[in-house]
Amino acid sequence: MTDTATLTSQQIIRKKAAGEPVNADDAPMVHRHVITVLLENSIGALNRVTNMFSARGFNLESVSVGETDRDRVSRLTLVTTGNDRIIAQVLQQLNNLVDTLVVDDVTNQEYVERELCLIKVSYEAETRPALMDIVEIFRGNVINITPETMTFEVTGPTSKINAFIGMIKPHGINELARSGRVAMRRHLAFEA
Amino acid sequence: MTTATHFPLNAGGDGAAPGHDPTPVSGAEILIRSLEAEGVEYVFGHPGGAVIKIYDEMHRIQPSWEHILVRHEQGGTHAAEGYAKATGKVGTVLVTSGPGATNCVTGIADAFMDSVPIVVFTGQVPTALIGNDAFQECDTIGVTRSITKHSFLVRDVADLASTVRAAYHIARTGRPGPVVVDLPKDVLLATAPFHYPDEVALPGYSYVGKGNREQIERAAEMIMASEKPLLYVGGGTINSGATKELTALARKTGIPVTTTLHGLGAFPETDPLSVGMLGMHGTWYANQAVQNSDLLIAVGARFDDRVTGKLDAWAPQAKIIHIDIDPACISKNVPVDCPILGDVRLVLEELEPLLSAKDTSAWLARIDGWREDCPMDFVPDGKLRPQQIIQALREKTGGDAVVVTDVGQNQMWAAQFFSYARTRSHITSGGLGTMGFSLPAAMGAAFGMRGQDVPVISINGDGGFLMNSQELGVCAAHGLPLKIVILNNSFLGMVRQWQELFHDERYSHTDLTTTNPDFVALAKAYRCEGLRCDKPEDVQATIDKAWEINDRPVLMEFQVITEEMVFPMVPAGAATDDMITQRFDPELSA
Repeated sequence: MTDTATLTSQQIIRKKAAGEPVNADDAPMVHRHVITVLLENSIGALNRVTNMFSARGFNLESVSVGETDRDRVSRLTLVTTGNDRIIAQVLQQLNNLVDTLVVDDVTNQEYVERELCLIKVSYEAETRPALMDIVEIFRGNVINITPETMTFEVTGPTSKINAFIGMIKPHGINELARSGRVAMRRHLAFEA
Repeated sequence: MTTATHFPLNAGGDGAAPGHDPTPVSGAEILIRSLEAEGVEYVFGHPGGAVIKIYDEMHRIQPSWEHILVRHEQGGTHAAEGYAKATGKVGTVLVTSGPGATNCVTGIADAFMDSVPIVVFTGQVPTALIGNDAFQECDTIGVTRSITKHSFLVRDVADLASTVRAAYHIARTGRPGPVVVDLPKDVLLATAPFHYPDEVALPGYSYVGKGNREQIERAAEMIMASEKPLLYVGGGTINSGATKELTALARKTGIPVTTTLHGLGAFPETDPLSVGMLGMHGTWYANQAVQNSDLLIAVGARFDDRVTGKLDAWAPQAKIIHIDIDPACISKNVPVDCPILGDVRLVLEELEPLLSAKDTSAWLARIDGWREDCPMDFVPDGKLRPQQIIQALREKTGGDAVVVTDVGQNQMWAAQFFSYARTRSHITSGGLGTMGFSLPAAMGAAFGMRGQDVPVISINGDGGFLMNSQELGVCAAHGLPLKIVILNNSFLGMVRQWQELFHDERYSHTDLTTTNPDFVALAKAYRCEGLRCDKPEDVQATIDKAWEINDRPVLMEFQVITEEMVFPMVPAGAATDDMITQRFDPELSA
């Protein structure tokens, strides 16, 4: 870290523009961003997107992919982290891919995001009511049950999923699957 | 933003190729005719099992383009690059599956780093066998994914012509780059009517043209308000064909110009406003100008680490205007104050009328002071030094030549001492730094320059030359009047230089004396002329003799001293202010 005293005003402007810390004790300016991508579903298209992240050293926390209402067009929701410079790069590099139709960083927009979580736990007669309470509080469902195990399904924003997993954890988790986030801008019909 | 539909076909070739034929023909023939319709002049290729049908049809059809049989696929890709860089057109490569494709990887990566438009057609095993580890199978699309601008696997013969059309369109437009088209054998054998589309349908692809007017006006204000402006010019200026606009702008405003390695030739180095190349082995005065400038105008350049050195300490006083066609290049390494996204030529065209003559005399005088402190020169002490040879070549040609360099010390001396005066007169492997680039790239350039009375000079070290020396045979077969220079110091010179400066002179595995061939004999074995020179006083006679031979390649081996180093130098990762201008201890060279 360079001492501020030795930086020219121009260097400080550049550091701020990049979202880099200027002083040694500044907090790192890394943010989490949610980006949605409409992708033409040609051969290797998804691979090109994920490969770009590793080839350029960007973080990729989660990816979810699915079909859309349009033929041969998939929708991706990507979650990545970085400072302002890196996030700008991620967006530009995504845009540069020939297969990407629309790249939208929804992070600072009005948007909804959801994640699906499947979780399998072992239970006994005395732990079952407690587990069921948790599932009910989180508005989850039991989607499979055997004399030894139950599988729950919970949907919600990532923070809710994290909280749900945190509550189940003390009971012992057998298996856990998360879908990764899917996100979409809100349509603000009643804004002035 | 221009959307990428509705583009007229580039007129090229002899225009004899009709773009439509309702009779079903083989995929191989569709490919051949598509290349004709695209105006391709040369295809650098090598046959093999997966593409044998194309070669068979080629034999039958005798296409309007010429196939050049290279002797290694890597040589083919570099030849396509050299052709593209010398002419500004798209280079074309055709190779077989598996090893044919993997041999191209270095050339494709090279073209990707240096924004060179080439299209590489690779054979592939039949679609039914893909994934079965068939003979000569390789996941070419997967292997080349991160080193291509885009790639296609053609699965249906009906899509072949439109894919070729799209591939050339993507390679040449926007920021140019390599495109791979993978062709399974069954697609080449299947038949379909030939229809070469007039338009490209690529909904996800777009590129910029004109710059944003407000940003251009802001840039004009910044330029007029600056006291110590400096134009920092990169290869994008040459790609965009903006040499004339740049020169006009610099001369009108009196702003000095420094170029990157790839920018050499974009602005005449003979002009008093030129401060030469900047960066690791740039001139002392160009780097001093950068460090003291209050406004850098980056034109088609990408702030590469070999230019900036330690980023934090680079151009500490300067505001930055950045003109570039690639949105991802803007603020990638250095956040800029005024980005202008657009084609360099169109932006400069619009910017120039907004500017008027500036009084930069005090700033230019300061730069001249640095120039006097540390000019670009070398010690003429009676030993055969490489710089002398580059200067002699400059004098022989008056700068009217295409200089294609390899990588390492030879590359830097050729950059420092040739004084480039015209656009596309300097071709090198800058980003990837591919040894073995020069000979095949010079070969490609020579094909591109056929019929023009401009010599193509290939400058090599003894290390890199051997990496693609097989192409000598191709150069000889076609009677290319290449002037091939080998600066033979019997070492991997640049690595040796680092070992000397930074690794206590431990010359680990850089001495090539025992593994080097007799280069003159090698040239003759390939039916080229070979000349040897080991004294400074013989340099001129050797060059004169080489220039008398114009029906075949001439290889000139200059046995230069081993100890010579490239200076000045910013050590890797160091700040530009810490540039070394001379060797630490003159005794070392004794």
